[in-house]
Amino acid sequence: MSQAFSQVSFTQQLKKYYAVYAGGFIAFVLVLAVAEQMGLPRKYIGYAFLFATIGLYALIGIMSRTVEVAEYYVAGRRVPAFFNGMATGADWMSAASFIGMAGTLYLAGFDGLAFVMGWTGGYVLVALFLAPYLRKFGQFTIPDFLGARYGGNIIRTIGMLSAILCSFVYVVAQIYGVGLITSRFTGLEFHVGVFVGLGGILVCSFLGGMRAVTWTQVAQYIILIIAYLTPVVWLGMKHTGIPVPQFAYGQTLQKIGELEKKITADPKEVEVRNIFKDRAAAANAGLKDPNKAYAEGKSALEKKAADLKAANAPAGQITAAEKALAAYPKNVDGAKGQWAKDKGLAARAAPPQPHADPFPGKDEAARNTARLNFLGIVFCMMFGTAALPHILMRYYTTPNVREARQSVFWSLFFIFLLYFTAPTLAVLAKFEVYSNLVGSSFASLPAWAAAWQVVDPTLLNITDFNKDGIVQLAEILIGGDLIVLMTPEIAGLPYVVSGLVAAGGLAAALSTADGLLLTIANALGHDLYYKMIDPHASTARRVSVSKGLLLVVALIAAYTASLKPGNILFLVGAAFSLAASSFFPALVLGIFWKRANKWGAIVGVSAGVGFCAYYMITTYPFLRDLFGVTRPISDFMIMGINPISAGVFGLPIGMAVIIIVSLLTPAPEKEVQELVEHVRYPHLRGDIVTEAT
Amino acid sequence: MELSAKHREYWRKNLVITAILMVIWFIVTFVEGWYARELNSITFLGFPLGFYMSAQGSLIIYVVVIWYYAHYMNKLDNEYNVQEEELT
Repeated sequence: MSQAFSQVSFTQQLKKYYAVYAGGFIAFVLVLAVAEQMGLPRKYIGYAFLFATIGLYALIGIMSRTVEVAEYYVAGRRVPAFFNGMATGADWMSAASFIGMAGTLYLAGFDGLAFVMGWTGGYVLVALFLAPYLRKFGQFTIPDFLGARYGGNIIRTIGMLSAILCSFVYVVAQIYGVGLITSRFTGLEFHVGVFVGLGGILVCSFLGGMRAVTWTQVAQYIILIIAYLTPVVWLGMKHTGIPVPQFAYGQTLQKIGELEKKITADPKEVEVRNIFKDRAAAANAGLKDPNKAYAEGKSALEKKAADLKAANAPAGQITAAEKALAAYPKNVDGAKGQWAKDKGLAARAAPPQPHADPFPGKDEAARNTARLNFLGIVFCMMFGTAALPHILMRYYTTPNVREARQSVFWSLFFIFLLYFTAPTLAVLAKFEVYSNLVGSSFASLPAWAAAWQVVDPTLLNITDFNKDGIVQLAEILIGGDLIVLMTPEIAGLPYVVSGLVAAGGLAAALSTADGLLLTIANALGHDLYYKMIDPHASTARRVSVSKGLLLVVALIAAYTASLKPGNILFLVGAAFSLAASSFFPALVLGIFWKRANKWGAIVGVSAGVGFCAYYMITTYPFLRDLFGVTRPISDFMIMGINPISAGVFGLPIGMAVIIIVSLLTPAPEKEVQELVEHVRYPHLRGDIVTEAT
Repeated sequence: MELSAKHREYWRKNLVITAILMVIWFIVTFVEGWYARELNSITFLGFPLGFYMSAQGSLIIYVVVIWYYAHYMNKLDNEYNVQEEELT
């Protein structure tokens, strides 16, 4: 390559720019902190963070605008390993990682760690099996590789459809997260929040494609990691006395263990749990024979009130009995609604699950199933990570194979910083709740608890069920998303840190949405339009078609998100299982086994995805209803594996079918074998060239 | 183009290191996960060991595995003369 461009001085320059940028951002936060002390209202701090960060991303997007194909699709292939690592980190860590992860760990304890392991260990597979080889191949999309390796448009189309399916499901969840964060911190309406966020996403990816997205993601990573670490370090100082609580929270975990024992045995806690148990039992009985139960319940209350009156009981008792009667549902339907709600109280009747204990269950069989499902989730998240196109695409952007290998290291390093902090945060928050909130009196709740209960009762709800005026653990209902949001307040930090956390969550959601939208638009613009419909299109036309499609996909995704589709966690998990079953076997066998051929890939990928989908349809309640499956779930379940981990079966099936069908059909041509040799060596003399420019 | 014996040796070495690192990955992921309950009876740095590995220990090993692979392969490229041009 003889050009005036110098990679070494480019890297130096980038380091300088981003150091100045990070310093500038910290200064911005400090200025706001001072302004807050001088009396700037909270609302304006929220606006300042929202518009300053989105404005900044837009600025980077405008500065990186491009109409060149290689710049648009792969950022000119000159992103240094270190910066591609940061960009991948932001690309990877979504709103779910930033806001949801610590909450899942708080609620599920050890079993939540399946996601922590799965979403980091997958990078080992990326490093060993994919990144260096895809970089050597060096085209624009993942279906590009499938098309070149296996030949023909069928496999390219299957790859394209799988890429769109996984990415679309995922991007809807991100845009939803953007809407949630902007609306909570600025008071804008959810729908308005969605479209403000969408503007921030589009201005980057639309103007400059991968180039703009890359440099914005680096900026977003810096913000999100500062935002995540600041409150945890602060809180850690308070509890463990050292600024890296990640290494010292073992003692806090032990203290939680003692508190759990105390809470399990505490008579007041037992009393509240028994209230839940009784109400759930009554609800179940009521639902069995609603009419009879309704009449009985009503007459019992009437009789009690009448008896008290007849016995000339104190006025207080009589009023209480009359109140209870007045509060009784007016008709049977009302009672049914109440019972359906009460039924759920059974879940709150159990004592706290010890935080560090793996695989809880009522007997040995249940515990073993829990263990299998834990490992199943780990498996699917790992192989899904190594097969999601928006991540793999990032390794096309490094200058060479050597940098691609180093870049996977930097990627995981930057992701690790957040993922080993999340379990820390969950434990510190739990200790705070168990030691300070539990046992406090309802008259004087800690300030943060009182505030959040007003802001959003779905995140925090504390009700005095046994009327003793003291908070019992069983009386607290916490939503997972609260854990990250409340940390600045329980650490006693000013509101500006809460604004910072919101900006971090927004950066996480926007950066992931950027990468995903680009993947979908490129699959349509490059794989469908350029490779299949019009191979003679001019470069300017290719880029403008991709940009147009990006806009359309973004609007459809935003519209879907504004409908607030339920159960996003399952959808995201399903995307991982589907990606693991479709891409992973075809990509890895394509590199490591020369004999793998076109028909093997076509049938194998279809079989993998097909079985995965079949398992989900027959075992996931929502899909069962949708497809009208009536036979009992147990007929379809294999070893009690949950539908979210269907990839446990899909991936090995896909792999086996590729091998068997390939062996039954003729070996691939000599050119294909040469292509495989080509990707295996970073540099060969007299080598073929596959890199697209 | 024809591959020399040396080229084949390079690929073989790549497969060997990949296999070794995969075994490590498998042990700290699935063997560790399977025995998490038993490991929890051991205390490490104040943590139950099973919890520590899943929350932190295995993650650190993943980072080190990837670093080592990049380091090893970049060296191997030079030894077998399949390295790319230096970036300028």
